[in-house]
Parts: sequence; structure tokens; C-alpha cells
Amino acid sequence: MSQHSVNADGHGQSHHDEHDDHGSLKAYVIGFIISIVLTVIPLLVVFQTSMNKTGVIITIITMAVIQLVVQLFFFMHIREGDGPKYNVMALIVGLFIVVVIVAGSVWIMSFNSVVQ
Amino acid sequence: MQHAIDNGHPQHAAGSHDHGHHDQESMKVLGFWIFLVTDCLLFGTLFATYVVLKGHTAGGPTGKELFEIPGFVAETFILLTSSFTSGLAVLAMNKGKVNQLIGWLIVTAVLGASFVGLEINEFLNMVHEGAKISTSAFLTAFFTLVGTHGLHVSVGLIWMIGLMIQLKMRGITPVTRRKITVISLYWHFLDVVWIFLFTIVYLMGVM
Repeated sequence: MSQHSVNADGHGQSHHDEHDDHGSLKAYVIGFIISIVLTVIPLLVVFQTSMNKTGVIITIITMAVIQLVVQLFFFMHIREGDGPKYNVMALIVGLFIVVVIVAGSVWIMSFNSVVQ
Repeated sequence: MQHAIDNGHPQHAAGSHDHGHHDQESMKVLGFWIFLVTDCLLFGTLFATYVVLKGHTAGGPTGKELFEIPGFVAETFILLTSSFTSGLAVLAMNKGKVNQLIGWLIVTAVLGASFVGLEINEFLNMVHEGAKISTSAFLTAFFTLVGTHGLHVSVGLIWMIGLMIQLKMRGITPVTRRKITVISLYWHFLDVVWIFLFTIVYLMGVM
């Protein structure tokens, strides 16, 4: 069993680049540490600083977006895999629609309350 | 089992391996990415609803009064850690170590279950304090958004248990390999969604 797994491993690395695309322990540990830091920063900003409200909101949303990018690259390996990057394209379209839905709803509903 | 680990590539000469099967499995992974995008849209609309209705508390309790900081901070770190351990499961799979893979999946599932447990406890406490789903538009949006995420985690747990049984029975084959890749994508995705729940619902709620 162990002999075969070593074979499979060596085989994968020597011939098939697509099997190296699942990251290394180092990448996962770095990703995990960064994500912990990116979670602690917003907690400190909200509970420990005397920043004004807009500043806090911008900071914590920025941290969440960086966290999203870190998870996509370190854990979900979005750039890797063979063939055209259809997953990246689909995700960009999806995120665009999400931003339009959320920002559009907030915008039109706050306008609505101004009119009434 | 031995054949399974050989990964459907009987010929070692470069370029002459079983490409058809591999392509089909990677197409299924791409299909799952597209599912995740649709899930993104689902959560996007629920987030939009929540943000719009956040202030409509109808005289009921607000987020600031309801959210308990230690609870949601613990949930966040538990889910982050489980995302990391599901990554370690994929690494074990790539080394062909089936027992190590199942071990990390068990750790991930236990963390996931404690997350769901904390969330159910939080919901019960809120209902106990009179903050029901029907109390205000804010709470309707809150329970729908956070509950949908909790439901996703619960479904992921059932799925993960099923995969562990399948791994025990069949070992690491190209098919179980793809299934583990897909569930780890799903789990990381749920972690990303939670980060936004943590930021927009909880942190901005207690400010």
C-alpha cells in the first residue's frame, strides 16, 4: 500500500502537472495564519480602537475581501487546474452580479426612504 | 485498492495516459464551481435583503442587544480551523494516505458539528429572549440569511459522513478523489460566506 502510494505520488509529480495543483502543507499553513490575522484585525478595530464608524466599516469590509482572495488562492486553488479558466470567469460574473444586487438594493432602498 | 491509487494512469509514457476519464472528472469539478457561483448569487440576494431590512426592527430587539460576542467569535475561529483541516484532508489524499484522509475529515466534521451546535444554541437563546423570526423584518432577514448558511454546513456534514463511509469501502479512486476535491471546495466556500456574515451581520451589528 505504502509502496504504491509513493509510486503514485512520484508518478504524478514527474508526468502530470495537474496533480501538483492541490497545494502544499506550507501554502495551507500560510493561508491559515493569514486568515487568522485577517479575522483578529477586524475584531481589534471594532472593539479596541476609537476610529470613526465609516473608517471601521471600510477597514472590516476590506479585511473580509482580502480574506476572500486569500481563501480563493491558498485553499481553493482557483488559478490552478488544466484548460481555460472557466471557474475564474464564472466566479467573476457571479461576484459582479452579487455586487450589483447588494449595492443596487442598498442604493435604491435608501433613495426610497428619502422620497417618502 | 492498489489499482485505485494508481489513479487511472496505467501507462507511464508521458502524454499517453487515460485523458478521457480525467477530463470528465475535471469537468465535474468545473460544474461544481458553477454551482458555487449560483450559491454565491443566493447568498448575495439574502445579504441584500438583510442589509436593506437591518434597521426595520419594528420596536423589537436590535442586533446590538441580541448578538453575543464570545459566541460568534468562537463560531468564526471554529469554522476557519475546519476549513484548514479540510485542506489537510486533501493533502493526505494527494499522498494516498486513506486513513490520514479520513482522520482529517473526522476532525473537520467534529469542528463543523460544534459550529452548528453553537449556532442552534444561539438561535434558541434569541427565540427565548423573544426575538423570533416573525418579530421584525430585521429578524426575518437575519434568521433566513444565517439559517441558510447553517443549513449548508449541516448538509455538508451529512455529505462528509457519506464520503467517509465510501472512502472506507472503496479507498482513494479517481471518483472518490474528485468527490473529496469537491467537498473541500464546498467547505472553503462556506467559510468565505461566513467571513461576510461575521463582518456584515455580527461585527457591524454590535458596533
